[in-house]
Amino acid sequence: MYAQQVETGVKAVKSLAEMGPEERAFQEKIDAEIKIEAKNWMPDNYRKTLIRQISQHAHSEIVGMLPEGNWVTRAPTLKRKLQLMAKIQDEAGHGLYLYSAMETLGADRDEEIEKLHSGRAKYSSIFNYPTLNWADMGAVGWLVDGAAIVNQVVLQRTSYGPYSRAMIRICKEESFHQRQGYEILLHMMRHGTQAQKDMVQDAINRLWWPSLMMFGPSDAESPNSAQSMAWKIKRHTNDELRQRFIDQTVPQLEILGCTAPDPDLKWNEERGHYDFGEIQWEEFYEVLKGNGPCNRERLETRRNAIQDGAWVREAAVAHANKKQKQQAAA
Amino acid sequence: MSEWTLFEVFIRSKHGLNHKHVGSVHAADAEMAIENARDLYTRRNEGVSIWVVPSAAITATASDEKEPLFDPAEDKVYRHASFYELPDEVGHM
Repeated sequence: MYAQQVETGVKAVKSLAEMGPEERAFQEKIDAEIKIEAKNWMPDNYRKTLIRQISQHAHSEIVGMLPEGNWVTRAPTLKRKLQLMAKIQDEAGHGLYLYSAMETLGADRDEEIEKLHSGRAKYSSIFNYPTLNWADMGAVGWLVDGAAIVNQVVLQRTSYGPYSRAMIRICKEESFHQRQGYEILLHMMRHGTQAQKDMVQDAINRLWWPSLMMFGPSDAESPNSAQSMAWKIKRHTNDELRQRFIDQTVPQLEILGCTAPDPDLKWNEERGHYDFGEIQWEEFYEVLKGNGPCNRERLETRRNAIQDGAWVREAAVAHANKKQKQQAAA
Repeated sequence: MSEWTLFEVFIRSKHGLNHKHVGSVHAADAEMAIENARDLYTRRNEGVSIWVVPSAAITATASDEKEPLFDPAEDKVYRHASFYELPDEVGHM
């Protein structure tokens, strides 16, 4: 999931009887699958939770450009470079759709970005891992975007209208990302040298577990899930989505001719799902706290980008003001 | 506060169709808003024309006005063609 551990500020989910008339009307709309729009009444915590979740989601798209940016100048062919740039431009677009949805709630984009840069806002743990070889670009597209799609497909039905519409637009574009990633890997596995095939397996070995962590902690460790589900901000639990991702990914892994770094991964006939090994949650929480392999570097890159671009933004405003004066004088 | 103005973006997806609201962009002025909207909302041939309007210039109905504004239309079934029953021999009308 691109938003992990979103705090709802709520201890226990209220029943309809415990709610005042406004909140009850709001909850009944949600229960009836009627979308909430910007100008509708909403509980303060619903608004705050959404701002937290959508901004985290947007930050993830923006920071998500960095591991890929590492390979723009290193892509093996012009074709791959163009595809990568198109994908990165999409990620920027996705971030902006989401910031735009977030602003309908009264949040300010620049303020939320400042929270990211000062380390007060989170983004997905996955982007704090390095992209060490070209196969990582394939594995990121296939696994990371694949996990994001599983999460985002269900978010198209989220209860807040602007968020849901941003998700619909994003999902239309994501499938290109996943397919181009998988094609990179498939090409290397079918036409590559042994060294290139080893690269694919190495990328999968490193990114498999972090991709599974993207869905967030197990349901037992997700104190905010119940409220987010009652508000229909979330539509499925972390564990449900993780299982769905694994079930659809393993057959693709087999087509590649690769393996997952999980000796416990096997089909369970009785459950109708794949069983899988224990996730190292210790690592997840450390990365979330800022101690992953690339956390510092990612935030530093973002801060530099904002600082180094300050003169461009100032020049744009000065130019706009000058033109306005000229028009007024004419 | 954001240093740039917020603009709402409307796109005509094909000739002959209405411009439709698609989202918003930040920009220093309207010209830049058009450029940003092109990059953001038409990367895959989604449009043939773009309008941008400063968000602050839009006047909208309030959610608590919904009933007084829209309920009066609800009980006027005679405004719909299907309200009028005609014999079959009249054919399609």
